[in-house]
Amino acid sequence: MQQLIAFIRKEFYHIFRDRLTTAILLLLPIMMLILVGYAITTEVRNTGIAVYDPSNDIATQAIINKLEASGYFGVTRYLSSPDEIEHVFREGKTGLAVVFSERFYENLMHTGEAQVQLLADGADPNHAITVTNYATTIIASYQQDLLKTSVSGIPYQISPEVKLLYNPEMKGAYNFVPGVMGMILMLICAMMTSVSIAREKELGTMELLLVSPMKPIYIILSKVVPYFFLSIINLTTILLLSVYLLKVPIAGSLFWLIILALLFIFVSLALGLLISSMVEKQLVALLISGMALMMPVVFLSGMLFPVENMPWLLRMISEIIPAKWFIMGVRKIMIKGLTYSSITKELLILGSMAVVLIVVSLKKFKIRLE
Amino acid sequence: MNVITAENLTKSFGSFTAVDHISFEVAQGEIFGFLGANGAGKTTAIRMLCGLSKPTSGKGFVAGFDIRKQPEPIKANIGYLSQKFALYEDLKVWENIRLYAGIYGIPEKEIGRKTDEILQRLGFENEKNVLVKALPLGWKQKLSFSVAIVHDPRIVFLDEPTSGVDPATRRQFWELIYDAADRGITVFVTTHYMDEAEYCNRVSIMVDGRIQALDTPKNLKQQFDAKNMDQVFHQLARKSKLNGE
Repeated sequence: MQQLIAFIRKEFYHIFRDRLTTAILLLLPIMMLILVGYAITTEVRNTGIAVYDPSNDIATQAIINKLEASGYFGVTRYLSSPDEIEHVFREGKTGLAVVFSERFYENLMHTGEAQVQLLADGADPNHAITVTNYATTIIASYQQDLLKTSVSGIPYQISPEVKLLYNPEMKGAYNFVPGVMGMILMLICAMMTSVSIAREKELGTMELLLVSPMKPIYIILSKVVPYFFLSIINLTTILLLSVYLLKVPIAGSLFWLIILALLFIFVSLALGLLISSMVEKQLVALLISGMALMMPVVFLSGMLFPVENMPWLLRMISEIIPAKWFIMGVRKIMIKGLTYSSITKELLILGSMAVVLIVVSLKKFKIRLE
Repeated sequence: MNVITAENLTKSFGSFTAVDHISFEVAQGEIFGFLGANGAGKTTAIRMLCGLSKPTSGKGFVAGFDIRKQPEPIKANIGYLSQKFALYEDLKVWENIRLYAGIYGIPEKEIGRKTDEILQRLGFENEKNVLVKALPLGWKQKLSFSVAIVHDPRIVFLDEPTSGVDPATRRQFWELIYDAADRGITVFVTTHYMDEAEYCNRVSIMVDGRIQALDTPKNLKQQFDAKNMDQVFHQLARKSKLNGE
C-alpha cells in the first residue's frame, strides 16, 4: 500500500510539473465547449432573410415584422420567384429563406390553415437548426396572438414546414456536448496513460520497476489513478459548462449519466494500457492513440457525421467503437431525458468492452521483459 | 557462502544462443566483474539473474532463491542499475530517493533518515531540492547507484554503470562500490573498461555467450602471461566468431 501511495504521488509530480500539458488537459474541454457555445449563441443575430411573399397580405406582413422586430433577423431580399432561393444562398448573405404560400391570410381565415416554408443552409448545420428554430418559434407566437384576438373561434393553424438544404440529416449543436465528452475522456485516459507508460519504457525506469518488488498491478494502478482523477475533473467541467454556459440541460438522471461516463473512462484507460503494452516509444504510443482511437471517435462515432449514412463496412467498424455507444447513451440520458432502461444496451456493451479490455491488457502487461 | 549460483544457464532467441551454458558462483561480499565485448551476452545473463528474462535451460540461484520459480523473493533481495540510470528527471533529488525507498518497502519512519544518510554520503545536501535533470551525468550516476541500494540488498547488479563517464567520476563511482562491498553487499558488475576489471575480486570473461576465463585479475594475468587485463581480454576476444569489438 505504501508502495502504491509513493508511486501515485510520483505520477502526480510528473503531471503537475509538466505545466503546459496539464494546462492543455484541463483547459481543452473548456475551450472546445466555449467554441461550440459561441457557434450557437452569437451567430444568429442579424441573420439575413430572403422573403418570397406572393400573398403580401396583413398576415404575412405581420409575420415579417415580427421576425425583424425580434432582433435575430433582417430582411435582405424580397424574391420575385422561388427559383431565386438557390441563387441568394450562394451569395452567402442570406441565412434563411421564408416562402409563404399564395393567399396566405385568406386560407388562414377560411380553412384555418396556411403554409409557410423555411429554408436554411444546412452546410452549416448548427446555424441552420438554430435559425429555423427561432423562426418557427416566432411564427408560432404570431399564431398565438391571432388566436387571442379571434372572435370566430376557428383554431388557426400555420404549419411552418422546415427544410434544410444540402444536409438533410440534421445534426444539432446539442450533439456536440456528448461528442466533446467522448473525445476528451478518450484523449485523457487512453492517450495520456499509454504515453506515460511508454515514457517509463523509453527512459529505462520501467526495467528498474520490474526488477523491484513492486507488484505489476501497482504499476498499472498508479498510472491509471491520476488520469482517472483528471478525467473526473474534466467530466465535471464539461457538465457544468454545458448546463450553465451552453444551457444544455441534463434532462435525464445525473446518476446514470455518471455511471455511463465511468464505464467509458474504464474502457479508455484499458485501451491506453493495451496500447502501452504493445509499444516501446512515446511517439508510437501517441500516434497509435491518435490514429487508432481519436480518428474513429471524431469520424465514426456519430459525433459529426451520421453513421446511418455510411457504407456498411464503416458502419460495422463503428459498432466496435466505444465512443459511439457512449455518445449514444449520453444523448439518450442527457439530451432526450430517457430513463436508464433505454440505455441498457449501451451500458451492457460498454461494460463488456471494459471487462474484456482490462483482462487482456492486464494479461499483456509483461512482468518479465522477454 | 555463495549468493549467486549459475549452472549451465542458457538463453536462446530462436536459433541464436545469447548465453550458452554458463556456470559460476559468486560469494557473499565479493565484487564480481562480468566482462565481455558488446553482444557477448552479459546483459542477457544479468536479466536472467534478476528475473527479467526466463532462462531457456539451466539453473540459477540468487540469494538462495530459484530464478525460475521464485522471482518475487529475489526482487526483494537485489538492487539493479542499468546503462540508463533509472532516475526520474522531473523529480527532485530527495523525491527520487524517497520514491525508491517507498518502492522497496522501507518503513515510512526510516525513509527520512535513509534519505539524509544518502545525501550526506554523496555530499548532495545542497542539491536536495534540485531536479535531477539539472545534475551532471556523473552525479546522476552516483545518485542512481545509491538509490539502487537504498534498501541494503544482499546483491546489487550493475550493468555497465560507468559507460560514457569521465575517468575522475568513474574513480569516485568505484569508491561507492567499495563502500557498498564493505557493508556486505555483493556487487555483480559488467563493464568493458578493462582498468575497472582490476578493481574486482574476481572476473569472468565472456566471449560469444560462453565464459572463457574466470579467476582473480592477478591469476588471469599470470595465466595469459599478460601485463594487464586489457591484454588478457584481447587474447580471448580474438577467438570470437562474431569478431565484435
